[in-house]
Amino acid sequence: MSGGRERVLARVRRALADVPRDERPRDVRVERGYRRVHGDRTTVQTVDLLAENLADYRALVHRVDASGLPRLLKRLLAAHGSRSVLVPPGLPPGWLAATDPALALVPDREADTAYELDTVDSVVTGCAVAIAETGTIVLDGGPDQGRRRITLVPDHHLCVVRVPEQVVGSVPQALGRLVPGRPQTWISGPSATSDIELNRVEGVHGPRTLEVILVDGGTDV
Amino acid sequence: MSGTSGTYLGMPAFPVAARDAVRDETLRGNLRHATHTIREKRAKAVAELDDWERLRAAGRDVKERTLRHLDHYLVQLEEAVTAAGGTVHWAADAGEANRIVTGLVQRTGQSEVVKVKSMATQEIGLNEALEAAGVRAYETDLAELIVQLGDDRPSHILVPAIHRNRGEIRDIFVERMGSWGRAAPAGLGDDPAELAEAARVHLREKFLRAKVGISGANFMVAETGTLVVVESEGNGRMCLTLPETLISVVGIEKVVPTWQDLEVFLQTLPRSSTAERMNPYTSMWTGTTDSDGPRTFHLVLLDNGRTDTLADEVGRRALRCIRCSACLNVCPVYERAGGHAYGSVYPGPIGAILSPQLRGTGSEVDASLPYASSLCGACYDVCPVAIDIPEVLVHLRERVVQGGEVTRNGERVTIKPAKGHRGERAVMRAARWALDHPGALRAGQRLASRTRRVHPKRLPGPGRAWSDTRALPEVPEESFRDWWQRTRGGDR
Ligand code: SF4
Repeated sequence: MSGGRERVLARVRRALADVPRDERPRDVRVERGYRRVHGDRTTVQTVDLLAENLADYRALVHRVDASGLPRLLKRLLAAHGSRSVLVPPGLPPGWLAATDPALALVPDREADTAYELDTVDSVVTGCAVAIAETGTIVLDGGPDQGRRRITLVPDHHLCVVRVPEQVVGSVPQALGRLVPGRPQTWISGPSATSDIELNRVEGVHGPRTLEVILVDGGTDV
Repeated sequence: MSGTSGTYLGMPAFPVAARDAVRDETLRGNLRHATHTIREKRAKAVAELDDWERLRAAGRDVKERTLRHLDHYLVQLEEAVTAAGGTVHWAADAGEANRIVTGLVQRTGQSEVVKVKSMATQEIGLNEALEAAGVRAYETDLAELIVQLGDDRPSHILVPAIHRNRGEIRDIFVERMGSWGRAAPAGLGDDPAELAEAARVHLREKFLRAKVGISGANFMVAETGTLVVVESEGNGRMCLTLPETLISVVGIEKVVPTWQDLEVFLQTLPRSSTAERMNPYTSMWTGTTDSDGPRTFHLVLLDNGRTDTLADEVGRRALRCIRCSACLNVCPVYERAGGHAYGSVYPGPIGAILSPQLRGTGSEVDASLPYASSLCGACYDVCPVAIDIPEVLVHLRERVVQGGEVTRNGERVTIKPAKGHRGERAVMRAARWALDHPGALRAGQRLASRTRRVHPKRLPGPGRAWSDTRALPEVPEESFRDWWQRTRGGDR
């Protein structure tokens, strides 16, 4: 194996014989003249753009103030006919306080198999950051988001975004806020395919229904 | 005919394959519909960003920086991945990569793996190598599934089953799903949503029981050791997070220096490829994470001709490619000929410059690929990392015709020039093909001012002797399309 390593590296070095020996990587100029964010927007406008772009890629968008969140979640879970919901370990307990007592709250446990997750109807999470220009929510495995697989196997994902503090305008701004070492999932609308005659079909392997709830004004209910 | 033939320089093997493809009405109809649809959508998605040209320049710069110091970044990447709990392997060629991956799978004791679409693993023929070792590899991308079930080859980078229409896909599902796992439901129709649902059900049982996942990656960040996979369907997430062991096979050119560099490519790639502001899912992982996702992560860094390509100062820019497929969708030759005619996993304009470099121009098909173009330059215009494909094509033609020093399997060798009459024969054959199919030269031509710059007036080197006597026509100052219609289209 180490033979392969030395061989490949030696080939790379031979191939780069034309690069001056004293040239350092940063001597190769990268002109970063592109924008940090596209357009001048107020905070309110940025949140509106997020809502608009999420909806454009067929996420269902809801807006609510903090006090209304538990009731909204109750309503959305009931409307989806969910009998069970996955709950990340650090989800604020108040969020699901209003749900029907018959709704089974399933904790995110390492020991559970993918088969067990497959029997759960919904999942509720927070997020790390949301990007207005692209209509993206980013999960980074934080306590209110849980393991990557819990937002993948169930067919219905409810994601709560605290606005405006979790919303950024652009991709460059989002990367600046994220910690590279954490496992990340960037989600822009429900899963989709255009593989059959380029017809967009929503919901292939990921959750077929993505609902994003923009919550105003503190959510530590 | 001789007057106009020279602008459409010859292709010994490509035209034969292309001729069959052009005769296939279904294929042509599907391709035309597909490429035109994506093309228009892409233009809209790109127009949303008023700094597109600057993003494109930055993408080019970042890739140039990486390539000029590739050894530095590979070592840095290895350190970061290792520090994060991953294991890094190096493979000089396809055989070595296949041996490494097969060995890793066998050590898990598993006899099946789930795969997310990866061009690198197609390039090395990993599925066949695994099959020979008694391991079944399941493709999970819907298009790859269609291709695999249909015992077929992919024809487009992004939409590998672009050559199949819904009726054909339905038939493939009905006939073949049963022998690969869960059969298609009774009475399956040909509505795309219904077909996607059938694929969902068919693949889910495989995802849920999978112990080993195999992927490629769109980017690897040297600074942090982070790998990035950009996808739409969620099959990538399934393969990357549910199995216990993850093996990623990635070409060495996929490294980027810093986390910040992703801000360029995560803007340009989705808009260039699927014409979306952002693709539905992007996964990023760094080594392994305690109790989240695979417990074991192996990264196989693949050379397989990439360092040979790197050794060519002009040709190396092909290694900037981020596989967005925008160049395929604007290419008039690809539109008519289809992906299969390129005889490689990399079709279209990028394939025409990448395959002959990765594999050398020893075979007839590879020697012909630099000629599978009208040099109209549309590919360069859309390329998000500004690869001047026509320039590289001309350079590679020169190499075919002129011969000279190249690097093969890490060794400097001198290739002989293609014999004059062989080259000439190739040109004539290709010209005939082009003249029979004027549509191949019709769509999307750019203004000639640019085209003229890259149209060789004469073939360089030994090719010059005969091109002088044939007087390759100068491309006039009107658009290529108008020129074509005036000179050839009028005859029909
Ligand atoms: S060559 Fe450029 S346009 Fe073509 S696939 Fe690669 S990055 Fe995209």
